[in-house]
Amino acid sequence: MTWQFSEDRAIYTQIAEQVKLRIIAGIYPVGTRLPSVRELAAEASVNPNTMQRALADLEREGLLYSERTSGRYVTEDCEKIRQIRHGLAQSVAKEFFFRMEQLGYTRPQALKLAEETEEQGNE
Amino acid sequence: MSEMILTCKQLAKGYGGKLALNYVDLSLPRGEIIGLLGPNGSGKTTLIKLAAGILTPTSGEILVAGEKPGVHTKALVSYLPERSYLNDWMSAGQIVDMFHDFYSDFDAVKACEMLDRLGISRRDKLKTMSKGTKEKVQLILVMSRSAQLYLLDEPIGGVDPAARDYILDTIISNYAENSTVVISTHLIADVERVLDRALFISGGKIVINSAVDDIREKEGKSVDALFREVFKC
Repeated sequence: MTWQFSEDRAIYTQIAEQVKLRIIAGIYPVGTRLPSVRELAAEASVNPNTMQRALADLEREGLLYSERTSGRYVTEDCEKIRQIRHGLAQSVAKEFFFRMEQLGYTRPQALKLAEETEEQGNE
Repeated sequence: MSEMILTCKQLAKGYGGKLALNYVDLSLPRGEIIGLLGPNGSGKTTLIKLAAGILTPTSGEILVAGEKPGVHTKALVSYLPERSYLNDWMSAGQIVDMFHDFYSDFDAVKACEMLDRLGISRRDKLKTMSKGTKEKVQLILVMSRSAQLYLLDEPIGGVDPAARDYILDTIISNYAENSTVVISTHLIADVERVLDRALFISGGKIVINSAVDDIREKEGKSVDALFREVFKC
């Protein structure tokens, strides 16, 4: 997963989203220590203060926690991670139906097309 | 310790009747990376030179860490000029030695490590280096100091995109904590994501002074897009 940022939104919110995805995908596994702010900032080529701000947001959400001396860790609360994963999946699903609607598809038609496309992909 | 690393009060600088800086009031906090962004001739270099103590104000005042630029502030400020001031006949090793003699906060080991990583030998002479390599060497020297204020005048000017990335990565991974970095440039898209704050300068005046993420949130567009709008020809 590489860090990518779009033009029109604040960088710290985009960092927070991408760290979230990495936690859900297990790139930063449950209960493990995150790289330092400076390391992450260098990796994403962003300002360390911006990275700090994004991580502080995730801490407020309860996805990360700090140990005063040893750094920042991914939460051990698997249920929390499941919830957030579920929330993200819901918004992806909503986005799908919204865009299909713009193309003139009803919900059943959109679902049917999704299944057909998946089957074709597996052939 | 003064809270603001740089303060300008009604700062003006004229060259033969023409005002390059037009009564600027400005305060820059510690611990930020700040883009000084403006078209050619807007006063970027003049402001940086005043802060570096190379020019003196026509009127008004500029303070670095609460003091007028002079011998004392030069020990706190690490300055990368727009044009090279290093002697072409010197080798990388000789220049590292020179910086070590000049600046007590210079970390020669760090500088040598960075030169090694780029495959630059201590014996290589500046005159044999490409423009991009020369710029990298100068940046390495400037960022190997543990300064309170880094003044970088067009650090990514004449180099290719890969070298730009190297230079920006070197800046964000090497500036001393709680120090402030001022980067002047007109290549905004390239520097945008490393900046905390953007200063737009036009006709010798600061016209916008705002956090980068505030600009993106309020305007719904990048600093680069806003710049193109503000400075539309």
